[in-house]
Amino acid sequence: MSLTREQMAQRVAQELQDGFYVNLGIGIPTLVANYVPKNMDVMLQSENGLLGMGEFPTEDTIDADMINAGKQTVTTVKGASIFSSAESFAMIRGGHVDLTVLGAFEVDVNGNIASWMIPNKLIKGMGGAMDLVAGAENIIVTMTHASKDGESKLLSNCSLPLTGKGCIKKVLTDLAWLEIEDGAFVLKERAPGVSVEDIIAKTQGKLIVPDHVPEMVFAQ
Amino acid sequence: MAGFDKVVASFEDAMVGLEDGMTVLAGGFGLCGIPENLIAEIKRRGTKGLTVVSNNCGVDGFGLGILLEDKQINKMVSSYVGENALFEKQLLNGELEVELTPQGTLAEKMRAGGAGIPAFYTATGVGTPVAEGKETKVFNGREYLLEEAIVGDFAIVKGWKADRYGNVIYRHTAQNFNPLAATAGKITVVEVEEIVEVGELDPAHIHTPGIYVDRVVLGTFEKLIEKRTVKAAY
Repeated sequence: MSLTREQMAQRVAQELQDGFYVNLGIGIPTLVANYVPKNMDVMLQSENGLLGMGEFPTEDTIDADMINAGKQTVTTVKGASIFSSAESFAMIRGGHVDLTVLGAFEVDVNGNIASWMIPNKLIKGMGGAMDLVAGAENIIVTMTHASKDGESKLLSNCSLPLTGKGCIKKVLTDLAWLEIEDGAFVLKERAPGVSVEDIIAKTQGKLIVPDHVPEMVFAQ
Repeated sequence: MAGFDKVVASFEDAMVGLEDGMTVLAGGFGLCGIPENLIAEIKRRGTKGLTVVSNNCGVDGFGLGILLEDKQINKMVSSYVGENALFEKQLLNGELEVELTPQGTLAEKMRAGGAGIPAFYTATGVGTPVAEGKETKVFNGREYLLEEAIVGDFAIVKGWKADRYGNVIYRHTAQNFNPLAATAGKITVVEVEEIVEVGELDPAHIHTPGIYVDRVVLGTFEKLIEKRTVKAAY
């Protein structure tokens, strides 16, 4: 079985460490916040100028001046700080954010990522994605392994305009956890019930399959 | 008005000197912290051929989106323009030009513009369409892109409180691009929710010092929410 969005978020959450500052993109990455282990302190950065993003407000506390980068109304946690966009991206570009999680359309064996533009179809802009992938050392890309038509999104060369070049090392799909090493995807874990053959069939870029590929384990 | 007193009486006075073809920097992120009344004043004046530098272009019928209705904007410099159907239509018609700029680069372009730094190197955008036609240089084995600063003829800014000398404080995440735009306008206009007497604001808590600010005007604000998200009540 391929992973659900919630399971993908749970798997990413296993990469969190106590004391991490984390930037979560829109979509599946946002769900990671729901799976931060109870005994762990993690501070969420939102690139519109907020470090220490909290949960959604109640109807009583909703405030138009308090939003996240997805333009949703949010709250702050204790110990939060608020600052300008330049300060926010100084944190990001200066490599101060410990983990960045974001979605993508395609990733390739050289760590290139395409996530912002489909020519003649979707031209909304890159927002902060180019800054995030260029600035972060530790990035996890979350996406489905293949498109709805079955086209692989793990490629030898990205076909869409890039968001960043040579910056991705870890990818979680609905089928597998992969790391990019020396021009290839290395299959580290597979989703429960998904066979190595399935993953090979849906990976267009060079894939290295170790002798033993463990199934992901989800703590309950 | 004398000395350092920056307060003007009306939005009309606040935008005196705005001419066709000028470049206007606008603070705001989505609809949060946007200079609603100064945008409305630009619409009222009917100024045309503007280049507007702002992270987003409002939505249909609100924020910078209203300047598209009478085709007052020739060019937008933004990081994300996905919330606006009229924008998309004018872009596809060729009536509007857009320069998509990474969000951090956009912030830094304004910061540099205000700080007298004509250009800077950044890793953001290397190997992407953003790098086309731009100089690159390698530092410590990594390639960087030369990005030029932005200075506006006008900067329009939304603050929370200002004193009469133009010292400004922003409220929550309505800060965003506002303090950066404030530094990079040849004429910087700040509209605020409250004007206080000089000395009332704690000097250590000022976000934008009055030296950057030319005009301060009092406004009332609609503050539309783009994505109203609340947690379920238990």
